[in-house]
Amino acid sequence: MLSIYRRRQFVNYLNLTGSMLTMAFGLFWLIWILSTLFVKGFDSLDLDLFRKMTPPPGSDGGLLNAIFGSALMSVLATLIGTPVGILAGTYLAEFGHRGWLAPTTRFINDILLSAPSIVIGLFIYEMYVTKVGHFSGWGGTFALALLVIPVVVRTTEDMLRLVPNSLREAAAALGAPQWKVIMQITWRASKAGMMTGVLLAVARISGETAPLLFTALNNQFWSSDMNAPMANLPVVIFQFAMSPFEDWQNLAWAGALLITIGVLGLNIIARSMFKQSQISQ
Amino acid sequence: MNQTNSVPNKIQVKNLNFYYGNFHGLKNINLDLKEKKVTAFIGPSGCGKSTLLRTFNRMYDLYPGQRAEGEIVMAGKNILDRSQDVNMLRAKIGMVFQKPTPFPMSIHDNVAFGVKLYERLSRGEMADRVEWALRKAALWDEVKDKLNQSGTSLSGGQQQRLCIARGIAVKPEVLLLDEPTSALDPISTARIEELIFELKEDFTILIVTHNMQQAARVSDYTAYMYLGELIEFGDTDTIFTTPKQKATEDYITGKFG
Repeated sequence: MLSIYRRRQFVNYLNLTGSMLTMAFGLFWLIWILSTLFVKGFDSLDLDLFRKMTPPPGSDGGLLNAIFGSALMSVLATLIGTPVGILAGTYLAEFGHRGWLAPTTRFINDILLSAPSIVIGLFIYEMYVTKVGHFSGWGGTFALALLVIPVVVRTTEDMLRLVPNSLREAAAALGAPQWKVIMQITWRASKAGMMTGVLLAVARISGETAPLLFTALNNQFWSSDMNAPMANLPVVIFQFAMSPFEDWQNLAWAGALLITIGVLGLNIIARSMFKQSQISQ
Repeated sequence: MNQTNSVPNKIQVKNLNFYYGNFHGLKNINLDLKEKKVTAFIGPSGCGKSTLLRTFNRMYDLYPGQRAEGEIVMAGKNILDRSQDVNMLRAKIGMVFQKPTPFPMSIHDNVAFGVKLYERLSRGEMADRVEWALRKAALWDEVKDKLNQSGTSLSGGQQQRLCIARGIAVKPEVLLLDEPTSALDPISTARIEELIFELKEDFTILIVTHNMQQAARVSDYTAYMYLGELIEFGDTDTIFTTPKQKATEDYITGKFG
């Protein structure tokens, strides 16, 4: 008996050590990346970032146009993608019990969820950019919206499935038609979870470079024209980081730091929102 | 049985069969349910008592693969008929479930939810209706100062009474109670049993319960079910003192089940 116990203890020790080591390995790189980013980024962080446009090499400048462009395209993409995603997710959770359409949609959505974003960029390039003949803010927005949709579909479905069936039955038992049950009961019960999904989607798109490279491209100047190429942080970082000019490289570090802080903040908000909703239930 | 016949029928169940896919859940049930009386359904788990209860408001319609055959006649109409509007039916037949199911909204809105579906009331009329329902459910004194708080903030027993208030606020004719006290402590259970006693002045009540004493305490009529069949039905005193069937006696005295 003792030998069995000893053996189990040994296996436990072995596995625990293994998991600790792999965790340390993963964290090591993450901490290295983040600390480099913070050290280099903070050096070039100043108010000019938010006041001046992207400069030509050798002169003073900031990232205002890129920050604005990124924010505008992300917001518009979220506004387009969220309703589509929520409606599709609701269909899958509330109506997708029978037939072939829902499982197929779910499968395709999962593929879309893990599709390389450069493919999405190329798709919009082919379907929109070549048709209108120029890069534009709209092109970038559409590409980002396509990335928002699968994330929101997935989280909406998952969150709605967490709503106990007894709640739906209770509402139906009062004579409420299904659309009222969904809009007034199930959506309300999973509001925080669904909002979390939207925030995670925003976090996902705010750092995407590939889909914007073929669609919004970039713009050295201030532009709020959605039908013209539009500056954005990821592409500016991409171009500036690859340039030989030190002041451009510094701006790229600062931009990278801004995006990272933004994504980190969104994730923290999303997580705490979801946690809160779990507690209140 | 003479005594039974003097009270008018509210619902007549005729040759009712129920299927979960291929599983024959209810077998040829025939039953007359009396108006403004409490009828209790007892029997071991899986005997079909909840299934039977859920045919009265056609809850099974929510799930594909479940179907009922036969007739359930209420006010001269077979409610199992395709032409029966299910939502209108459910507005007339309220239901309270085993676990409290408060909606994620304020106490006031919980009670008003069902009323809003079928009646257009002014703010004041609605406030009166909500108070009326909460008083009927013996919850008013505990919540009158916090009607705007979330229904989920109440205790389990209060939540269940809130669900009863929500069910009676629409002024249904029949109230279905599916093991309404099985998740509650003895004090909350006693309150709800008192409540059932008062509610039968206005409503026909059907209650499913695992608690034999509860059936004996609150009901006028009792139906004993086993394996999807109705074994015995009669007034509660008779069923509990001199049951005709051996099976009923065994179950009630605890020899079985």
